Amino acid sequence: MTDLSLSNRTIATKPAPPNAATAFRFPTQWIGVAPFFIFTIMFLILPTLYLVVGAFQDGDGHLTLDNLLQLVSDPSISNAYWVSIKISFWSAIIGAFAGLALAIAIVRGGLPNWIRSATLTFSGVASNFAGLPLAFAFIATLGRVGIVTALLRDVFNLNIYAMGFNFLTTAGLIVVYLFFQIPLMVVIIVPAIDGLKKEWGEAAATLGATQAQYWRMVVIPVLWPSFLGTVILLFANSFGAIATAYAFAGPALNIVPIKLYSQINGDVLHNPQLGYAIAFGMIVITGLANVFYIWFRTRSERWLK
Amino acid sequence: MKSGKFWAWVVFALSAAYFFIPLLATFEFSLRLRRGVHSFDAYQIVLGDPRFQATFMYSVIAAIFTIILGVLVVVPAAYWIRLRLPQLRPIVEFITLLPLVIPAIVIVFGYIRMYGSNSPLPFLASDLGASSLLVIGYATLSLPYMYRAVDTGLRTIDVRTLTEAAQILGAGWSTIITKVILPNVLIAVLSGAFLTFAIVIGEFTMASLLNRPAFGPYLQNIGANRAYEPAALAIIAFAITWGCMSLIQILSRFAPKSANRPN
Amino acid sequence: MVEPFLSIQHVRKSYGTNTVVQDFSLDVEPGEFVSFLGPSGCGKTTVLRMVAGFEEPSAGKIVVAGKDITRLKPNQRNVGMVFQAYALFPNLTVAQNIAFGLKVGGMNKPDADRRVAEMLEIIKLPQMAERYPYQLSGGQQQRIALARAIAPKPKLLLLDEPLSALDAKVRVSLREEIRSIQKKLDITTIFVTHDQEEALSISDRIAVMYGGKAEQVGTPFEIYNRPATKFVANFVGTLNVLEGTVTDAAAGTVRVNSEQVSLKGKLNGSKSGDTLTLALRPEAISLGRQPGRDSSLSGEISEVHFLGSVIRVRVGIGGNTVSLDTFNSPATPPPAVGEKAEISFSSDDMLVLH
Ligand SMILES: Nc1ncnc2c1ncn2[C@@H]1O[C@H](COP(=O)(O)OP(=O)(O)OP(=O)(O)O)[C@@H](O)[C@H]1O
Ligand SMILES: [Mg+2]
Repeated sequence: MTDLSLSNRTIATKPAPPNAATAFRFPTQWIGVAPFFIFTIMFLILPTLYLVVGAFQDGDGHLTLDNLLQLVSDPSISNAYWVSIKISFWSAIIGAFAGLALAIAIVRGGLPNWIRSATLTFSGVASNFAGLPLAFAFIATLGRVGIVTALLRDVFNLNIYAMGFNFLTTAGLIVVYLFFQIPLMVVIIVPAIDGLKKEWGEAAATLGATQAQYWRMVVIPVLWPSFLGTVILLFANSFGAIATAYAFAGPALNIVPIKLYSQINGDVLHNPQLGYAIAFGMIVITGLANVFYIWFRTRSERWLK
Repeated sequence: MKSGKFWAWVVFALSAAYFFIPLLATFEFSLRLRRGVHSFDAYQIVLGDPRFQATFMYSVIAAIFTIILGVLVVVPAAYWIRLRLPQLRPIVEFITLLPLVIPAIVIVFGYIRMYGSNSPLPFLASDLGASSLLVIGYATLSLPYMYRAVDTGLRTIDVRTLTEAAQILGAGWSTIITKVILPNVLIAVLSGAFLTFAIVIGEFTMASLLNRPAFGPYLQNIGANRAYEPAALAIIAFAITWGCMSLIQILSRFAPKSANRPN
Repeated sequence: MVEPFLSIQHVRKSYGTNTVVQDFSLDVEPGEFVSFLGPSGCGKTTVLRMVAGFEEPSAGKIVVAGKDITRLKPNQRNVGMVFQAYALFPNLTVAQNIAFGLKVGGMNKPDADRRVAEMLEIIKLPQMAERYPYQLSGGQQQRIALARAIAPKPKLLLLDEPLSALDAKVRVSLREEIRSIQKKLDITTIFVTHDQEEALSISDRIAVMYGGKAEQVGTPFEIYNRPATKFVANFVGTLNVLEGTVTDAAAGTVRVNSEQVSLKGKLNGSKSGDTLTLALRPEAISLGRQPGRDSSLSGEISEVHFLGSVIRVRVGIGGNTVSLDTFNSPATPPPAVGEKAEISFSSDDMLVLH
């Protein structure tokens, strides 16, 4: 069992195989992981590659950059990318900082213990409460006849719709997306904050550091990788989200995933090549975010094992 | 530290307001179907709707198959990597994280183009094929969660030692898998399963693009056409998610405590 | 006596109704190395943390160099602290860890670099400057932690069980190193431990603590040879305890298992007929009558353990069992279980416990 080499040459030198399965090593080495690789290649990697390749071909399979150029030249598409990036970026950033603040409050704020566990449980639920039901909840709350809308209008004399509020604005969608973004940050960052040792703070204090210096020199650098990683995850999370936005306005809302949805459904124009290009653009953006993260991590964290 | 505590309370109170007001408002809204009084009519209508029952059942069954497929794909791989092929770990971890990077809509778009009626593998030519493809898509979406849950479970029980101990005692592979490994990772597998269930049950994008009679498209349809029922559905969906998460928490109490980690 | 450098005066600490430190007082001279020794939960860490400023005393005060620091924040006290779990900052290299206190103290870079190099020299790890903590062994990490604590030249060095997480060999070599660095830098030090050997071997003085109080403060020699209380006698070293009855208070004779022992001048105030608890260190007892030993008791050998250079023998004397060590000698066979035996000791070595 100590020999993990992939070659079957080593097998022959073994005096007595411990059991029948290892006597015929080569296939059994791979048999356990085979379903995984077959599955992911067929249903994750190949379909994605198919789209990527398609993005560079015209209808007859010739190499072209026209599809990708169309992403930039068609103002409705480039605009959709822009809106999507804005929404995802801000909902990730705001969600990340709000989630971090909440996490610090419940872990380090000296609040009663039940608040911490209740918040963690709730965050687990809310981070998975997305899609259509989330939209329904916000329509019931802040929709035109929503409870809070009515309350603000009748009690505080504030007509938020007259003030320009709308779920279909960037700000409106961000407010809604925060409902799963904040808890997702909490769920991921709380263990990282727990990993900060109390003694680090005490050591820093005896060495004469102020609380601010300790945060700048130790806490932030230590939390930064998990934090940044989660920001990227939050970004990807809202960048691909459709259902919530779709429930607010159907295909009318101009964000990338809805654009692609319409392409696939054939609601608008049916041009698979353009669809490939849109999909490719989405992968590139979330992919770039991750590449940035990986680059940053390897650069800034030689101290990580 | 006194002011720290004050700010902690402020942050907590603001967050609580942001999260609870929509939930309470939705609940209140869902009771308003009958004019002038609070009633559970919206829930009655929804729960009594045969399309609700049919689509919900469809999604539950799809979720169950998703979980089975996920277990079949993930457990052997995770086990084998712990036991025999640790050098594959980075690759496998990378692949399992891909579904968090590649949006679901892109994946399903790939399916539609690659496995359409005219393709060599025409999943979409039949209803059963399309439903299978939906289950496959869901299994892909749940890959990151399933793999992590199972891998964590395997790490805490130290599979390698357990397997070797069983081999020394003369156990064959089938005994090792069914009597030693599975019972020990069952909790982890179930946690992954409930999380998968929560993610999959109201999923809209894949179901709608594959044209399946699932719960997600039904929700969308109701949302577009009704006023109070969607609020009731939101509450029901929240309750289902809560239920899944609570089950995971309860299960985690029964999880084997790590044998080889301090504390 | 020199003016105390650190003076802990009647300090108390309660958590709610639970008093964990009660009326603790201690004066430490400049450059002195004092150990807090005591069982788990006796309040050693709590006292240390009050000195460091992490806990506020419920009553009493702490004075350093004539200045009352009881209410001062930890980062204004200029104390160095070393923790059991090293507590190195994981994101900083060894050199950056050591420079931390210098940097926040506003020292300029060339001076700080020089001081870091000097520190690395002192702890004998000059080649480790660019490593990260995870690349070091536990013993190395703890030496870095020590260097980090003393780099800013603190007035006071506090060490809370710094060696507990290390293996036995490293523990011994590192404790000697700590002691020699402490002497070289002449830094006043408090060292918390629950290992008596550690405390005895490196301290100028030891404060033996029990139940939140200092039971006895004294040099290792005093603590070991003249324990003030039963607890100290029991906690420090191995002890043979015997029951005795005073037969003649004026003459100082005590009956132990029907034999008479003379303890003149040690009975302070006991009356005839009182029952006493007497104690003897194993090394004060010899097997058989020996010249210069004025007292003896007879009994029967109940156990013999061959430990290499010494043989530990247990002798039953009436209802009591007494352990003693004899040196192994290749020429003479070890005593056998069941043999009658006589033990002898000098009555000066007999402790009367109160
Ligand atoms: N924050 C606290 N709240 C309540 N009780 C505490 C607190 N900190 C310590 N105690 C109690 O105070 C007592 C003394 O604790 P302390 O940590 O000083 O012991 P110690 O002598 O350092 O023991 P050890 O050798 O195990 O480290 C213990 O009984 C402990 O339970
Ligand atoms: Mg302690």
